[in-house]
Amino acid sequence: MLVFIIRRLMQAALVVAVMSVLVFVGIYMIGDPLAILVSPEATELDREAIARSLGLDRPMWEQYLAFVGSALQGDFGKSFVFGQPAIGLILERMPATLELALIATIMSVLIGVPLGLYAGLRHETVAARAIMAGSVLGFSLPNFWVGLMLIMVFAVQLGWLPASGRGPTVDVFGIQLSFLTLAGWKYLALPALTLGLSKCALIVRLARATAREVMLMDFVKFARAKGLSEKRVIGVHILKNIMVPITTVTGLELGTLIAFAVITETIFSWPGMGKLLIDSIVHLDRPVVVAYLIVVVLLLVLISLIVDILYSVLDPRVRLGDAK
Amino acid sequence: MVATLQVENLETHFPSRDGIVRAVDGVSFAIEPGEILGLVGESGSGKSITGFSILGLIDPPGRIANGSIKFKGEELTTASPERLRQLRGARIAMIFQDPMMTLNPVLRIDTQMIETVQAHEKVSEAAARVRCVETLKAVGIAAPEDRLKSYPHQFSGGMRQRIAIATALLHKPDLIIADEPTTALDVTIQGQILYEMRKLCRETGTALIWITHDLSVVAGLADRIMVMYAGKIVETGKIATVIERPQHPYTRGLIGSVPGAMPRGKRLFQIPGMTPALINLPPGCRFKNRCARADATCEAMPELAELQPGHGVRCHHPFGAEPLTLAEVR
Repeated sequence: MLVFIIRRLMQAALVVAVMSVLVFVGIYMIGDPLAILVSPEATELDREAIARSLGLDRPMWEQYLAFVGSALQGDFGKSFVFGQPAIGLILERMPATLELALIATIMSVLIGVPLGLYAGLRHETVAARAIMAGSVLGFSLPNFWVGLMLIMVFAVQLGWLPASGRGPTVDVFGIQLSFLTLAGWKYLALPALTLGLSKCALIVRLARATAREVMLMDFVKFARAKGLSEKRVIGVHILKNIMVPITTVTGLELGTLIAFAVITETIFSWPGMGKLLIDSIVHLDRPVVVAYLIVVVLLLVLISLIVDILYSVLDPRVRLGDAK
Repeated sequence: MVATLQVENLETHFPSRDGIVRAVDGVSFAIEPGEILGLVGESGSGKSITGFSILGLIDPPGRIANGSIKFKGEELTTASPERLRQLRGARIAMIFQDPMMTLNPVLRIDTQMIETVQAHEKVSEAAARVRCVETLKAVGIAAPEDRLKSYPHQFSGGMRQRIAIATALLHKPDLIIADEPTTALDVTIQGQILYEMRKLCRETGTALIWITHDLSVVAGLADRIMVMYAGKIVETGKIATVIERPQHPYTRGLIGSVPGAMPRGKRLFQIPGMTPALINLPPGCRFKNRCARADATCEAMPELAELQPGHGVRCHHPFGAEPLTLAEVR
């Protein structure tokens, strides 16, 4: 188990190293941050002073080494734009993104698994076909369009829910959270729905496919032959087997939700990491982009670690030590 | 005495795009308490479907189209789903073919056994656990208290089948339907399980239907044998009578193809041809296309006629009193 975790962390370190090089080179090639940061009227002297203060006067490989050196001590540099530590900017916005992604994931599992289970067990009924047709729409409609339509209907036409922003939050151990109050939920509902819709559709399809597979297994027939109620056969014997693949996919998708909440956050002006990333890319704010990507990589590694551990809890045949 | 099970003219149909598959087509038999009935046939003969029909576990769109199944006098074909559920696992238990597949891989053994106890009786978990331990001990599992906490994949195939059998025995059922439970096991384990099942039936008066394609298994186990072919019973009778003087050409073919019936080194006997598809069967004897004795009379379906009391054959040309000879098998 410990070996497994250490191996995972080493993999993560390698990914972070490779990625930081790529991002450094990538942003270097896109353009010169000085062109954006310094006003056109500034003198050549001012330009050089600013470049020197940001470390942009040195050759790129030197800049990279300097970055690595300080990053190893936990310093990811200061944002060119805000002048604050980049990592601080990201961590400040992370709870908003995490909350949004988690709520979206929980919503998609709570809605997707029962619908998919129903569609799998009663696959010849009209309702099951309707669910499947809906799921095709669910993951083929573009995210931004769904978001805009939801704003149109619920915020503009009906006026039930706010169109943007995060609204009031509750402070829990220094972390701002929305889901503890009804007012917070109002702000959370539309972006979470937008973000979770395609994942929900995916889970519906996955749950249906595995349900159809599992329901034909001998152990389901044996469970019935034991005289168990239909509720227990479905709710325990079938559901627990379905949850193994669902957990894997949900975990992996949670990572992509966090990383790619960018679009949803932009549409709903949700003050999360995604929006910060977009702004930073526009301003070629390299320290923030690099720090953001490192945080996301670490998050993804952490999530897949948790998924693997959960997997071994759900499926006793999986032993983590054996994973090569 | 009321028979444990009385099946009359059972027909189980599976509608399909090309027509109705008559998987079980007019099967009648009875079984007494403590009796062991061997139900023999090759794949697709309808023997397993007969078992599932009794339990009311036919997968839709399949259904019991006709006939009656009486369990201790109670009609099952018209019983409510809840009544069938109450009987399943409690009064009628079933053991499946592949022990690797019958236990849920993600649930512990104790979960799977205790839920069976609690599905039929209001008992505490502790009491249910005690009963599970006792039953596991009875089927020869050492240290059952510890083994209950294991998952199925931690057991060998033979052990898993013992657990499945123990699960079936939890409520001391009146009838056990065993669907080829030893096919997937190696021969020594098979022998042990056969011995134990036989002992159990004798001691408790449990009736047992042993479904198999392997005549040699049934020969040492069953009191009576019923041979099925393409959804119909072709021969039925006391085990000794049928094995020594099989009347139906199909039964003869089955016995002839068991290794040991032929001198060593000779090719085993093979029944020519294949089981017919059960869709849109032509009229007449279903075995006629594979039968050396078939003639024009076989265009009409023969009735299951009693040659002697208790020995029925569905054939226009039974072999008569002559014992089975090797020449005949050839």
